[in-house]
Amino acid sequence: MAYENILEVEHLSKRFPGVVALDDVELRVKTGTVHALMGENGAGKSTLMKVLNGMYKPDSGVIRFKGEPITIQDTRSAILNGISMIHQELSPIPQMTVAENIFLGREPIGPLGLINYKRLKEMTQELLDRLSIRIDPSVKVVNLSVANIQLIEIAKAISYNADLIIMDEPTSAITEREVEDLFKIIRALRDGGKSIIYITHKMDEVFHIADYVTIFRDGKYIGTDKADSITKQVLIEKMVGRALDEMFYKEKTKVGEVMLEARNLTKTGQFEDVSFKVHRGEILGISGLMGAGRTELLENVFGITSRESGAVLVKGKEVRIKSPADAIRHGMALLTEDRKLTGLYQMLSVRDNMYIANIRSYIRLLSLDFKKIRMDCESQVRKLRIKTPSLQQTIRNLSGGNQQKVLISRWLLTDPEILILDEPTRGIDVGAKAEIHRLMTELAKAGKAIIMISSELPEILGMSDRILVMHEGRKTGELAREEATQEKIMNLATGEVEAIAANGQ
Amino acid sequence: MASKAEEAAIGEKPVGGAGKNGILTTIKAMWTKIGILFIFIGMVILASFLSPAFLKANNLMNVVMQVSYIGLIALGVTGVIVSAGVDLSSGSIVALTAVVSSSFAQRPDWAAALFPGLTGLPFIVPLMVGLLVGSLVGFVNGWLIAKTNIPPFIATLGTMTAVRGLAQLYSRGRPVSGLSDAYNFIGQGSLFGVPFAVLLLLVLAIITHFMYSRTRFGRYVYAIGGNVNAARVSGINVGKNLILIYTFAGFLASVAGIVVASRIGSGQPGLGNGYELQAITAAVIGGTSFSSGGIGTVPGTIIGTLIIGVLNNILVLTNVSAYFQDIIRGIIIVGAVIIDERRRRVRK
Ligand SMILES: Nc1ncnc2c1ncn2[C@@H]1O[C@H](COP(=O)(O)OP(=O)(O)OP(=O)(O)O)[C@@H](O)[C@H]1O
Ligand SMILES: [Mg+2]
Repeated sequence: MAYENILEVEHLSKRFPGVVALDDVELRVKTGTVHALMGENGAGKSTLMKVLNGMYKPDSGVIRFKGEPITIQDTRSAILNGISMIHQELSPIPQMTVAENIFLGREPIGPLGLINYKRLKEMTQELLDRLSIRIDPSVKVVNLSVANIQLIEIAKAISYNADLIIMDEPTSAITEREVEDLFKIIRALRDGGKSIIYITHKMDEVFHIADYVTIFRDGKYIGTDKADSITKQVLIEKMVGRALDEMFYKEKTKVGEVMLEARNLTKTGQFEDVSFKVHRGEILGISGLMGAGRTELLENVFGITSRESGAVLVKGKEVRIKSPADAIRHGMALLTEDRKLTGLYQMLSVRDNMYIANIRSYIRLLSLDFKKIRMDCESQVRKLRIKTPSLQQTIRNLSGGNQQKVLISRWLLTDPEILILDEPTRGIDVGAKAEIHRLMTELAKAGKAIIMISSELPEILGMSDRILVMHEGRKTGELAREEATQEKIMNLATGEVEAIAANGQ
Repeated sequence: MASKAEEAAIGEKPVGGAGKNGILTTIKAMWTKIGILFIFIGMVILASFLSPAFLKANNLMNVVMQVSYIGLIALGVTGVIVSAGVDLSSGSIVALTAVVSSSFAQRPDWAAALFPGLTGLPFIVPLMVGLLVGSLVGFVNGWLIAKTNIPPFIATLGTMTAVRGLAQLYSRGRPVSGLSDAYNFIGQGSLFGVPFAVLLLLVLAIITHFMYSRTRFGRYVYAIGGNVNAARVSGINVGKNLILIYTFAGFLASVAGIVVASRIGSGQPGLGNGYELQAITAAVIGGTSFSSGGIGTVPGTIIGTLIIGVLNNILVLTNVSAYFQDIIRGIIIVGAVIIDERRRRVRK
């Protein structure tokens, strides 16, 4: 450990067609520290990490690792050098077991060149025990929840015993309690002399875990500070380039008639006997731990799956919603949780991804009104500050957060009356998040009914008029905005208290 | 390594496989595997009722013998489909291998030898040449797919067409006959009363099974098919492993080519027509998934192969007309895949 900085990046640039993702950036990570990297969506954080991980080649610049300049050819050489990474986009191999996934590419080999599965399982068990992750090594990943998959990816990155571990939004899919556990692991790693680069959009996490913070903006290096010498305000200002107050934008709205009502919805194994109502002008927050059945419930309301019993009423009239098309016809919109799986048309342009759900209203005789489409899309790009070189850019090439914004625009264009948002700000930067929250409030004021699933308690508390909490497929409680606290929600979410609040109306 | 991470406790209770869902899915997955075995056993029982001739040892051996080529090809094709690819060239490889290896196996007394100067060579020469030719075509498939990034369907469609032409060209469009006894033993001989070709299939199936399920190479094929990006970021050389699996598939197709040629005692450029599709059928009936890579097993494929064999045999023994035979085969293929898709949807 002769070197003070385990990693020194200097004058590094990387451009993609039409985008300068990294413009002469630098980054210095002190050995044995947790170094947060922050910036808006599209600031170039993931791009730099992918350069360090050998997935992209930089156009120019120097990388010094453990004091020596290195070139990183591919992921393999990154691993050999002692750099491992948790990727922002989770990428497990579904049909393989936890053990196979973790040690993919490093399987223990016995005589005859055969994989020693017994040893593989032991190694995995040791690793998981060390990290106190309780997942069976021999279960197939396809059977795990997103949160558990994320834990597996974390375990995998740590298992390389790398000196520098890159974590690109490692907590996007796990809940606060698991985040706390991850932090314990990170501290233990740091105390053991490892260095960690930690990327997140969650402010609280930074002040909790990071020793240093580096900020990027628009592909440029802005600065590095000690985490305890910078305030949240300053941090945000540096990221966004202007002052921004981080308060949730919430206004009192006029609550009108019931827009959507669900009665005793049941689908065995997913959710049981759940009822709720959303009124015009209201935001109903839905909280719960991962796997509580929140997504399954709302996807069911939206007609994606069938159920055993229960009824859905729109504006007081029972409706039969057998497909998303029915739901859209009844004025609903659903922003799905998994944008890669159920949101994006990866190969299509930003524009095509945006107007597709609203295509009906652009039909002009035999063609589409492309001028109107362009205007609408451009106004969405401006409103949500979507970072894209043009409307023609293939959406796959946008940063994760910007992809999410495009999807939100898609549903806003349909001008829905009932808006269901499943983790609407997951992976979205502070600026855009505030923007989306403001939008939600505006929409509520304009008389829409909004349902928001969120795993972020501050967001739930800040934005909801009423909060429905679920635990293992059941509704464990409903809280009015005034009475809700972080603690009450957690108690209901973990199933420790099962008390349906009186304010159920 | 001295970490304090022990203190961290993630997940209050055991999660994942230990949960209800895990057990349920394993049961379901097992049911389907056994389900295919059930279908197979059911067909055998049905066959023995339909025709008393079916269960005779002689007939049974014949059933297996007749699908042994398909089985050999299907072993390789399984790996290819698992890697999220496809191989359409196997039938043409059978033809090319058949004519090329036969041309080195001709007896000296055969007047119409393709290369009169090369007759009477040791038995090992035609084998080596044949296997080399098939592996080479497989290598070209893999190289095209790995290096030029064209879809496997297109790459192997191209080689399928070109290699068929090559076989015609090489043999001047005529059968290559007059093969040595030693060579013909492969397709015609028996050991301990079992056709040699069947033993060959058995041995190669066992080796392939271990290769796919227990070696790094095999697991990397599953990994690539399951999620190519994950494989890449785990440091797996995707291109190299793709080339290897296609080469292996070509190798197995050439084994089939040698078996076919020696079975009929002549290498013909028209051999193996449609074998690629039958092999794919066997793999698919056996649970290899076309819709998502990373799924498929050798035992499944072998059962799939046997199902095809038994079905063919029933249809012949019961004198079903040829048209009906094809219709029934078609229904069985689609039915098998529907079952397969159902199983996949167990997820969540
Ligand atoms: N493969 C690619 N091709 C073209 N453009 C790309 C590619 N990868 C990234 N970009 C662009 O480079 C810029 C930086 O993207 P990057 O993913 O590094 O952002 P980020 O800081 O990680 O954002 P987020 O917080 O949303 O994850 C973005 O404008 C993005 O659109
Ligand atoms: Mg990113």
